Order: sequence, then C-alpha cells, then structure tokens
Amino acid sequence: MDKRLERILPKVQKPARYTGGEFNQIIKDKNQVSVRLAYCFPDTYEIGMSNLGMSILYNTMNSLDFVWCERVFAPWGDMYEEMQKAKLPLYALESGDSLDKFDIIAFSIGYEMAYTTVLDMLDMAGIPLRSEDRTELSPIVFAGGTTAVNAEPMAPFIDLFIVGEGEEVNNEFLCLYKKAKDEGWTKHQLLVAAAQIQGIYVPSLYDVSYNEDGTVKAVTAKEGAPEKVTKRIVQNLDASPFPTKTIVPSTEIVHDRVSLEIFRGCVRGCRFCQAGHVYRPIRSKTPETLVKQGIEALKNTGYQDVTLLSLSTSDYRQLPQLCDGLLDYCESRSIGLSLPSLRADNFSMDIMERLQKVRKSGLTFAVEGGSQRLRDAINKNVTEEDLLHTCEIAFAGGWNSVKLYYMLGLPTETDEDIMGIAEMANKVLHCWRMNSPNKNRGVKITISTSCFIPKPHTPFQWEPQISIEEYLRRVNLLRSSITAKNVTYNWHDAETSLVEAVLSRGDRRVADVIEEVHKQGGRLDAWNDYFSFERWMKAFEKCGVNPEFYANRDYALESVLPWDHIDVGVRKAHLLREREMCYNSKLSPDCRKQCSGCGALKLLEGGRRCDE
Amino acid sequence: MSDKKLRLRFKKTGRAVYISHLDLMRTMQRAFSRAEYELEYSKGFNPHPQISISLPLSVGMASLCEVMDFKLKEDTDLSLMPEKLTAQMPEGIEVTDAYEATRKASQLKWLEIEGVFEYDERDAQEMAEKLREFFSGEKIVIAKKTKRGMGEMDIRPAFKDLSFSVSGNDVLLHVYVSAQEPTLNPELLADALRQKNEEIAPDFAKFTRIEGFDAEMNIFR
Repeated sequence: MDKRLERILPKVQKPARYTGGEFNQIIKDKNQVSVRLAYCFPDTYEIGMSNLGMSILYNTMNSLDFVWCERVFAPWGDMYEEMQKAKLPLYALESGDSLDKFDIIAFSIGYEMAYTTVLDMLDMAGIPLRSEDRTELSPIVFAGGTTAVNAEPMAPFIDLFIVGEGEEVNNEFLCLYKKAKDEGWTKHQLLVAAAQIQGIYVPSLYDVSYNEDGTVKAVTAKEGAPEKVTKRIVQNLDASPFPTKTIVPSTEIVHDRVSLEIFRGCVRGCRFCQAGHVYRPIRSKTPETLVKQGIEALKNTGYQDVTLLSLSTSDYRQLPQLCDGLLDYCESRSIGLSLPSLRADNFSMDIMERLQKVRKSGLTFAVEGGSQRLRDAINKNVTEEDLLHTCEIAFAGGWNSVKLYYMLGLPTETDEDIMGIAEMANKVLHCWRMNSPNKNRGVKITISTSCFIPKPHTPFQWEPQISIEEYLRRVNLLRSSITAKNVTYNWHDAETSLVEAVLSRGDRRVADVIEEVHKQGGRLDAWNDYFSFERWMKAFEKCGVNPEFYANRDYALESVLPWDHIDVGVRKAHLLREREMCYNSKLSPDCRKQCSGCGALKLLEGGRRCDE
Repeated sequence: MSDKKLRLRFKKTGRAVYISHLDLMRTMQRAFSRAEYELEYSKGFNPHPQISISLPLSVGMASLCEVMDFKLKEDTDLSLMPEKLTAQMPEGIEVTDAYEATRKASQLKWLEIEGVFEYDERDAQEMAEKLREFFSGEKIVIAKKTKRGMGEMDIRPAFKDLSFSVSGNDVLLHVYVSAQEPTLNPELLADALRQKNEEIAPDFAKFTRIEGFDAEMNIFR
C-alpha cells in the first residue's frame, strides 16, 4: 500500500471504503492485459457499490481477457482533503494504482447532480478536463448512464458517450480500442471509427449552431457520424450476462443485498417519468432464470437479503411464481425478500401475505398528484380507491407506517390539487383507524414533495419548471392544509431541483457553468452536505448563462431540442400526442392493454415484440 | 443442534486492517454462509447469529492472533474449517485454527505487540534511546478519552517488557500490554509521546498483535 495512503487512512471516517480487497473483487496481472480501464462512479463508495448497472458492467468488461477493469469512487470530504494535503492522486481500488496508469477512464453517470463530481475525479487524477486538451489515444474518457440521453452539458469533457445499455456496446468499443492501440491510431481516428458503432455518441463529431434567441438552430453530424445516434439495448435480457459473483463490500453500503433485475422498461408511461420512456421497450426475465440467479448470488455472496429491481415490480407477470421460487430457498435460511416499487393499484393480498412471512417494512406509495384529474393528466394510473384499498389490507395486516410521495409543479396543477394531498392523508389516517388491529402502536403517515423537473425524452420535455418562489408558495399551501398530527410533511428543496432542471435540459453552453462550479470547489453536489446554491448562481452569472432559460422556459414544440439527435426509440410524435392528452386530462392505456405505437419497438430485432 | 462453544483463530492484516469491528462481524457472518456453515442464531424476537469477537481491534491495527467465539447449528469437522473459511474471506483475513473453546475469553490477559514508529526527519538511533528513557519512568499518566469525557490513566502498570530496536528510519517496538482490566490500546503508547514529549513522538505509528497470553503467560487458546 502507498505510504501516503497508509498514513491517511487512520484519520478518515470508514477507511474500508478506500482500500479495495473485498471478496469477489477481480484481480488480474497488469502485465498480462493490454487495456487498463478505470471505471469511475461519480459518487461515494456506498452509493456506487449499490448500483446494479456498475456491478453488471464491471463483470462484462472484465470478461474480456485483454481488459482489466477496476473501480474508482469519489472520496468523502475528509478523505478528499487528506488526499489533497498528501498530494495523493485518485487511485483505483483493485490495484491501488493512480489513474494516470490507465488507458481508459469510464464514468457511469446516472444523475445530473453528479456532473461536478465527474470533473472533480478527472482533476484528482491530474487528467485535463476538456476532451480537446487530451490529444493522445490515452487516456480516453467515456461515459454512460441515463444522463447520456442528453449528454450536451457534459459534451466538451467526455470523448464519447454510450447511449443505452452497456453490456454489449462497451465491449465492442473496448475491442475497437485495443485495435487502435495495437495499430497506433490517433485519438481522432478512434473516435471517427467508434461513431459507427450503434449506441456511441461522439460529441466532437457534431457541430451545434444557435438562433439569435439562444435556442438551438441545428446539430450537424460530420465525418460520417450518424445524424441520429440510436440507443443500444440488450435484445434478450433473459440470456444476457448477469453477475452472480458480485463484490461483497467489507463495509456497509446503501443497498447491501442481492439485487435481481426482473425486467427493463416499463409499460406505464407516466408522462413525467424519464426512466419509463428511455428504458423502453419492456423486456422481462423468466422466473426460472431469476430464481436460479438469485440462489447462485446468495450462495456466492453470503447476503441475508435479496430484492427485486425494476421500475414497477407489480407489473411483473409471474411475480407469484418468482416469489414462491425465491421464498422456498429464503425462508428456511432466514433470508429476507423485499419488493420495492410496488404499485398501489394492483398490490395484492396474496403477495403481502407471502412477504409477511419474512419481513414487514413500511409502505411507500408514489402517488405523485393530489387529485384524480391531475393523476390522469400525468398518466399516473393510481386511483384513491386503489390506494385506500391497499392501505386497508396493509393496516389490517399490522403495517403502521405509510409514506406518500408527490411532486409539486406538475403541468396543469392547481391549488385544489395541492389541497387534495392533505385530504388524501386524512383518508389514509381514517383508514388506519378503521382497520388497525392494534391502535396503541400509533401510525405514521409521511407526505414528501419534490419539485417537478422536466426531463428530456418525456412528454413533459417542453414544459417549464415552476419558479422557486412558486414552489415555496405551494409548499406553504400544503403545510397549512395538513391538520392531523400523525401526518408529517417533508419537502425537498427547490434549489437543487432548479439546478437539476438546467442540467437536464441544458445544451453545450451549460458546460462552462459546470466547470466553473467545479473550479470553485463544487463536488458531490447530489449531497446536501456539499451542494451550494450560491456557488451555482455565481457560476451562472459569471458564465453569462441564465438558469431560467433552461429551467423555467416553455420550450417551443416546433423547436430543435438540444437532445434531438439522440434517439431513445420513443418518437417525438408520440411524446407530443401524450402531452396533448395531458392537457385534456386523459389517460393512455398501458402498453399491455393497447400499444400506443411509441416507437421503441423498432429497437427489437428479428421481428420480436415488446414484452414477450 | 450443536451446543458446542467453538473458537476461531484468525489473522487480520494488509488491507483488512481497515475493516471495523462491526463490519468484521458482518463479514464473518457472510463468509460462514458462503462456506455453507450455518451459524446458530440467538432465540428471541430479533434473532441474530451467535458470534462474538471479544477484544475488538482498533481500525488500522493488524493482528496474527484474533479469536472469535461462535456456535454452529450442526457438528462439523473442525480441521477443515480454516481452509474452507479462508477461501471465503476478503483479502487479509486468514483463519488459522478452529477448535472447541475450553477457556473463557475473559482469561486472555496479555497481548504481545509489535509496533513500528516511523520518523521522517529524525535519527532513529537517537529516538530509540530517548524512547527507552521516557518509558522507564515509574508513572506515565496521560489524558484519555473515556465514555464520560476526558479522564486520566497511568499506563505504566498496563504494559511490560517494553523494548526498542532500530531498523532504518524506523524504531521497532516490542511489548506486552494488558488486554483486559485494564485494557491498554497500544496506540496510547504513541499518544503518551504526543502528549508528554512531542520531540520523540513518531510521525506515524502502527501496531500488530502477535500473540495472546493468560495471566500466567501461557499462550491463550
């Protein structure tokens, strides 16, 4: 171990997250591999190690013999300061080598608030931030993750983006990189060739021009790069590699358990939801595969908990079979099974009873809108009746804690909708009084609100975000509407949401702001401990970028959007139609009732259908 | 069901020295599960596996002689355990022995410690001499954090046979510290210098537990 590191570690909190050496980490001989890749997660160890995507790609990339992929996370503030003092550059956990020893630096960027941390990690490694300042074949910096569906704000920093699912395309790129390295290509040669792989977006091969009003005029591809970059998907999820020999952290992380991904995509089409649109089409795994992989993973890790992952667990058709299969193994071994993301509308007694055998946790419902009209407008197909029915069963079964999540500032929201949230909480409370077998234990109802953020590739991508002042007015309206003392209200601050809206709908000019915030010490902005609204506002001003232009503006329906050249499958015409439906407070049927022809089907090859 | 009280002896070195006590308990539990040994659970409302590590190591300190007590649901061939468990451990944890515990862990009285005092810009030879002088005092009373705030402790009766030798820029230390009643964390030896004689306080100190002994200085098993 590096002497500097050895001296630092006793001084920082939870040093085990900075050492590597965990069970199931992948160690290779660095002299036997030709491509060394530092896989960076722009957040803490505890968050990154909980990320299933990272776990999958760590294993798929390491399945290539010529590649050694190692993990890198962002240090917490105390460690960051000690590293700066000791002039210790950022290093990878497996080998302990600093990042300048690596050919490729890869980032998984799942959320916009991680952008400053990406720059910070490059900086900590002594790597120039801007793509144009890195002229050699090494290091190449690439990034993937959900934010790649609008990569523009990070375009100047990243050499290429992976749009969509990385299992296959990452390895295709790594093979290309090896060829480039073996044959002595220039960086430019590599990028031009990489742009020919479906799912790879090379920002430097696209020129952006602007109108006088500051909106995007055109995005023009050059040097043979495709006009539109189409995202990549795994065609057959059931047969796709899924790691069951995953790293078992030696220190506690956020999701410290086996995660089984039951399907990708979503049939629902909630109009505000980016994940529900950009992960289409829906593709499921079979219960047989899942039970087999689940048991294998439990055996290989020794975990005492397993959880099912997807955007909407109760939409998994064979949920009962899957639960039965897993519980057969889990119950006798005291292994807990948890099911997040259940919907209020089809939450069944049956599933509840099954889970009750093992563990009882709180119930959480993402209701989103305070009235039926608003829920119809956002296509959140949950009725009050469904929710109360579910609560009835849950309270009768002994549950006594319910969390209700809402967004304020959704398109078409009125004050009546907001007051409806308080009414709903009262009804839930009443329901508890009527059904709880043991009222002495009390009940805890928590309402949480966050500020709606318009996201690219959703029907609400053109919608403005409400101002901070307006959000606070709505928060206060809701606060004064809540009267019951068993109801707690938490609200997410609007300042982070404003910045997130700018980063979500931004174009390349926002990059300067991100760089400026980084220069002023911004990092780990997804954490309240570190986020500074003042720092962001100063940076906007200094760079001459108006945050309202990106967050609070109605984007014209006919305009060129900064992310129009990224094709996630769902067509713009579909999004426009859905937006229209919103303003008429009309629901769209889910994909299983009736195909709405969103366009994602075209991503499936060989005549396959969605949801088969 | 087996009610035998079993004991594991293991080393914790290298990168594993940064695993905290609580995390180590979790790590052990998972390693047992991977090796397909079923730990006995406590009875009651919230059952937890019956394992205990009696003298928690400070984060950063290595050990060649850790002991952990546990019970298994079923009898097993204990001679196979060290190898099977070690294969399931994170880097730096090596199980060296598994046996039926005949003595209580409370009989572990002395710990043999090796330490390294690193001096970046001072002469180690000179330091060693001054260290010998410092620690030969009859009383060494230092301030020490306790559960109730700051307290004082005379550390002198809590260690014996302290010796120093020199290796390059480092001063090597060898000592027996009291393991229980009172417990002397070897880190306090370096703390004593920082408090009382900054001039000979090392730039960095690290320690390794070498062996455990009972009150009669027999190796504890």
